[in-house]
Amino acid sequence: MSRTATLTISNLAKDLRLEWRSKDALNAMLFFALLVAVIFSFSFDPTAEESRRIAGGLIWVAFLFAAIVALNQAWARELRNQVLDAYRVSPGPANALFLGKALGNFVFISVIELLLAPLFVIFYNLRSIGPAYQLVIVAVLGTWALVANGTFFAALSLRTRSREVMLPLLLFPISIPALLGMVEGTTAILTGESSPRLWINLLLVYDVVFTTVCLLLFETVLHAE
Amino acid sequence: MKSSFLIYALVTLALLSYALYQGMVAAPTERTMGEIQRIFYYHVPSAWTAFLCFIANFVASITYLVRRNPKADAIAVTTAEVGVVFTTVVLITGPLWAKPVWGIWWTWDARLTTTLVLWLIYVSYLMFRRFSTGQQTATLAAALAIFGFIDVPIVYMSIRWWRTQHPKPVIAGGAGSGIDPEMWSALLWNLAAFVAFAGLLIWVRYRLERTRQQIDEMHALRALASTEGTLTR
Amino acid sequence: MDPTEPPHLSGEHNPALSNAAIVLENVSKVFGRFVALREVTARFEYGRLYAIFGPNGAGKSTLLRVVCGLARPTSGTVTVIGHSDLREVAGKLGYMAHASLLYDEMSGIENLRYFAGLYEIRDQERLRQAIITVGLDPDLPRRVGEYSQGMRQRLSLARATLHDPDLLLLDEPFANLDPESSRAMSRLLGQMRDRGKTILLVTHQPAHVADIADESLWMTAGAIAAWNRGVAVADSPSRSGLACKVSAGGPRVRL
Repeated sequence: MSRTATLTISNLAKDLRLEWRSKDALNAMLFFALLVAVIFSFSFDPTAEESRRIAGGLIWVAFLFAAIVALNQAWARELRNQVLDAYRVSPGPANALFLGKALGNFVFISVIELLLAPLFVIFYNLRSIGPAYQLVIVAVLGTWALVANGTFFAALSLRTRSREVMLPLLLFPISIPALLGMVEGTTAILTGESSPRLWINLLLVYDVVFTTVCLLLFETVLHAE
Repeated sequence: MKSSFLIYALVTLALLSYALYQGMVAAPTERTMGEIQRIFYYHVPSAWTAFLCFIANFVASITYLVRRNPKADAIAVTTAEVGVVFTTVVLITGPLWAKPVWGIWWTWDARLTTTLVLWLIYVSYLMFRRFSTGQQTATLAAALAIFGFIDVPIVYMSIRWWRTQHPKPVIAGGAGSGIDPEMWSALLWNLAAFVAFAGLLIWVRYRLERTRQQIDEMHALRALASTEGTLTR
Repeated sequence: MDPTEPPHLSGEHNPALSNAAIVLENVSKVFGRFVALREVTARFEYGRLYAIFGPNGAGKSTLLRVVCGLARPTSGTVTVIGHSDLREVAGKLGYMAHASLLYDEMSGIENLRYFAGLYEIRDQERLRQAIITVGLDPDLPRRVGEYSQGMRQRLSLARATLHDPDLLLLDEPFANLDPESSRAMSRLLGQMRDRGKTILLVTHQPAHVADIADESLWMTAGAIAAWNRGVAVADSPSRSGLACKVSAGGPRVRL
């Protein structure tokens, strides 16, 4: 196994362990997404038909906000006791740190999605007309789209004033195509009116392109001084 | 340097006046839309100029990452700012044109929406530069600029798929969408004038940014030269 | 030092100088208008222990950060173990900062296991040995967040020396240590030096290094004001007026 792969796993394991012990990000995210789900339901009174149309947007906006919590937490852990400096002076490849952290965030956000998806189904009387397994594909690709760029931009905003605010300001505009893909793909599947194929392809392209850019630029960002 | 700037400014001014004449007087009035269509000569050149600015920003950002030359960074910040200004012009002239012609201020069509997203991306880039502290700003901003630029075609494609019913492009569109040769000439004159004008703005702003960099550098040098420089924190 | 490694000939660089653990040439570090390092030119030989003293804000920590590559000098060149690209020598450096550089939520051995991975060390016995060497118990299940300051300090040293680095950069290793632990730590550092390691050590307590330091530096206002053999314990230099002058041409500042 290559050095980057080994270290990616070691970074991932470390992040999972730290999160498991503190549960900072998970608890905050879970509660946050729950709140969004409840508050959204006040703003309209959906019938089953209607909610199928809007659920895609609703679910992903809730998860997007929740993801911001996790992404901000991810690097906060590395700033405490300046542990990031220990990584920066070591010969450890930068991309292993990036990938480990992105995968960690992917796991956290997926857990939240798994826990809250049933809740959305209950709250909004959702029933998929299209093939439901495709929702999983959209979720995996979409979550990775958020997480890859999110992890990168969170690292960018580490050294800005009010960094917690900075992250959504950077992440949202650039994530618009991915969000569009997630929302439209989900709606297409739920309503069964059109094929989500196009949106899945869009997410795939987005993931490949931006993961590549992240990997090309992360070392520069980590060692920027 | 000073005289060449003056000459350039005068040429730009002349171009702008002639383009104004071209757009307002020389070009024929459009049959169905009437006089309001003349906003076209400002709307479209602004969009193209903005796009040129963002291309320049992308190239300058990559150059900065490779060469670490502060001049490249100055060009990056300058072109982004001017690009945002011209994008703002597009976003204002668009609804002004749309209201009388389509009866609505805004429609979520592919190019309008892409322009809006473009504006959002580069405003967030400029905000990042403002909020960033310390000497790594230029490097981090350059990385961000690369993300932003690469996103543009993806945004465009995704919104096209989202809004398949958007109006056909006016220029390279179907059979009924050709425009009069005189309109073409007015458009091209205005395009030239706007690009020249953007160049002028970039020139001024670039000098300003370089001066700011040099002042920072001088402060650093002066702090180094004075023995009690450590107290001026 | 790898003799086949060509010296980095840049500008007025003198190749003869690079046969040292660390060579600093006109190194300045400016944060905005604050000068942390002022035209520092210095040469640190292999296998010696250097103690660095000076008041707060004198640039001691910045000096260490520049040497280990965490801070890029505003001007000047840094050559470490013959390389000017500091990423090349990352595996040969050990760095201990003010902060612990440890994860509070993990135990001592878990922390070391993670950091060992960065240096491709898989030998578990070596990790245990590193912890025992600094006087801690490798089987202690307590998380580092619950350690006392002194224990954290020692674990931090274990982390910095885990990969047996040739060059050790220590920022106040004696802070928060009781006298007995301090003596143990200074013995340890002395042994490392005797095994050929080069050590740069920032401290406020000359007494702790009096027995082990080969040379001592006094820094004020970002410059090295005095350089002595050994440590004169009573010496609290009033020689801050020695700060280097800026050369006539003026330094090139990169911003």
